[in-house]
Amino acid sequence: MGLHIVVCVKSTPSSVNLPVDAATGQPKTAGVPAIMNPYDEYAVEEAVRLKERVAGSTATVVTVGAESAAEVLREAVARGCDGGVLVAGPEFEGGDSYATSLALSAAIKKLHSEKPVHLVLFGKNTSDAGAGVVGSQTAAWLDWASASAVKKIETVDESSARVLRTMEDGVDAVDLTLPACVSTVKEINEPRLPSLKGKMAAKKAVFPKWTAAELGLQAGQVGKAGAAAVTVKAATPPARPAGVTVEGASASEKAQKLVDILIERKLI
Amino acid sequence: MNNNGILVVAVSSRGVLPPATYELVSAGRALAAALKQPLYAAVLSEKASALAPELAARGVEKVYAVESPALAGFCAETFAKAAAAAAEKAGASRVLLASNVAGRELAARLAVLLKAGLAADVSELLPDGKVRRPYYSGNLVAEVEFKTPVAVMTMAPMAYPRAEKAGAPGGVEALAFDAGAPKTKFASFQPETSNEIDMGSAERIVAGGRGLGGPDGFKPVFALAHALGAAVGASRAAVDAGWIPYKHQVGLTGRSVRPKLYLAVGISGQIQHLAGMSSSGTIVAVNTDKDCPLMQMANVAVQGDYAELIPAITEEVKKRKGAPVSA
Repeated sequence: MGLHIVVCVKSTPSSVNLPVDAATGQPKTAGVPAIMNPYDEYAVEEAVRLKERVAGSTATVVTVGAESAAEVLREAVARGCDGGVLVAGPEFEGGDSYATSLALSAAIKKLHSEKPVHLVLFGKNTSDAGAGVVGSQTAAWLDWASASAVKKIETVDESSARVLRTMEDGVDAVDLTLPACVSTVKEINEPRLPSLKGKMAAKKAVFPKWTAAELGLQAGQVGKAGAAAVTVKAATPPARPAGVTVEGASASEKAQKLVDILIERKLI
Repeated sequence: MNNNGILVVAVSSRGVLPPATYELVSAGRALAAALKQPLYAAVLSEKASALAPELAARGVEKVYAVESPALAGFCAETFAKAAAAAAEKAGASRVLLASNVAGRELAARLAVLLKAGLAADVSELLPDGKVRRPYYSGNLVAEVEFKTPVAVMTMAPMAYPRAEKAGAPGGVEALAFDAGAPKTKFASFQPETSNEIDMGSAERIVAGGRGLGGPDGFKPVFALAHALGAAVGASRAAVDAGWIPYKHQVGLTGRSVRPKLYLAVGISGQIQHLAGMSSSGTIVAVNTDKDCPLMQMANVAVQGDYAELIPAITEEVKKRKGAPVSA
């Protein structure tokens, strides 16, 4: 039987160091190459490892956004996923986590009806919006179990999984009744590079494209129109005031001067 | 819902309220004043009624104590239902949570239950109801506007001061909720064995990087952190080299921190690292290379060999802490 694993990935700009367009107040992404969000590599790798761990498993990759996002599906197939679905069209662009997670949940529902899904994997967060909430939001729309910050899938079968979640003060073990959504952290694995076989498969892969209508969603529920929290403008953070350099003939003199400054600024 | 009220959601961690809870109260107070709405809080815990008075004493009009054995260990699915019950009871227009693992996971599920817009890692609440948050890995700051009557947000650590006790204590009201049949269950917790201070709530962090040369290089860093009462952070290079565990990593693939003092030792300051710490109050850099990005951006730069400087600074800190400080 095996597991049906779905991996959600996002196409993000390859650089996070972008100038802001003064007219629109938005970062200038035009001309910046798109890549698979770096944190999603861990989710893709984990799906492939689960395939290796549970015989007969399948991994399907999903992305929501512009049609050009098909390239990140190809990247995931090159890394070992079996196939992918492109949830794309102009109506999906510019969504926030609320609208995007709704679209993802609708796509997962459709996949689930075709071939029951056991686990949905997500990266820690994206390099652009970076809230790290889409995995848990998607689970909420589906009314499925979820856990975030997962550093290990300790046990998994077709009905349940135990995962280890990295907390600030230790590690939680969380039991999930499947299907469930799991957001990963980079501790979970070390992503491998695409294999030659994977690259060949990626080249030949054809991805079905699902529109909002095919997912039973209105255009107003997805993308920018469906966003519940909108970035009205972006700006570069205020520059930090110029710093001082501690001079001194010896390490102890420098240490004294530094500690003077720390005491003066009430930092110790 | 009439959507008139600010709700702070407090999640107990191992039976106590984390310090970030009191930062939420300060942020909530500021927002309540700006939007002219009352401030409420909800404590979600297996011992909520015992914890609630701590919040009620800090300028909160009413605290909903949501107490249930189902809230003994953190599970977003169940906690979101409890938080939603409080938000609906309070008629909240804004719900504030902490930007930690639990707060983020809970906020995400809560936003869907409340059909609310969500902003994470909020660093600033604007008087017109908009919020500021990091964007593009902290290289930009986004101004976010909510389109929904209710908004959920997680507050970046240390963005607001910890609220002190103020005025006459507010009331405490017990609130029940229906946990249903959760599909997610907290099973157990394995604490970190060390007595280290957590970076997320630390006022001071001492961090080490590639310049330390190896795992032994972290020994003086830990000693300085101990003397300062600071948490220990690290750059990705040091973590990837296996010199220190991942949980210490600051930056894009690690934690975002904003302590009052960030003292970086042997960290050159790659953009991925800066993304995680550039909003710290005062940044001190200790490095042999005076031209590296972190030395350039630091408020205080100390050039020199860490092997000599760090023990000297540690000694100096100990000396001054032991003796009365002359103004």
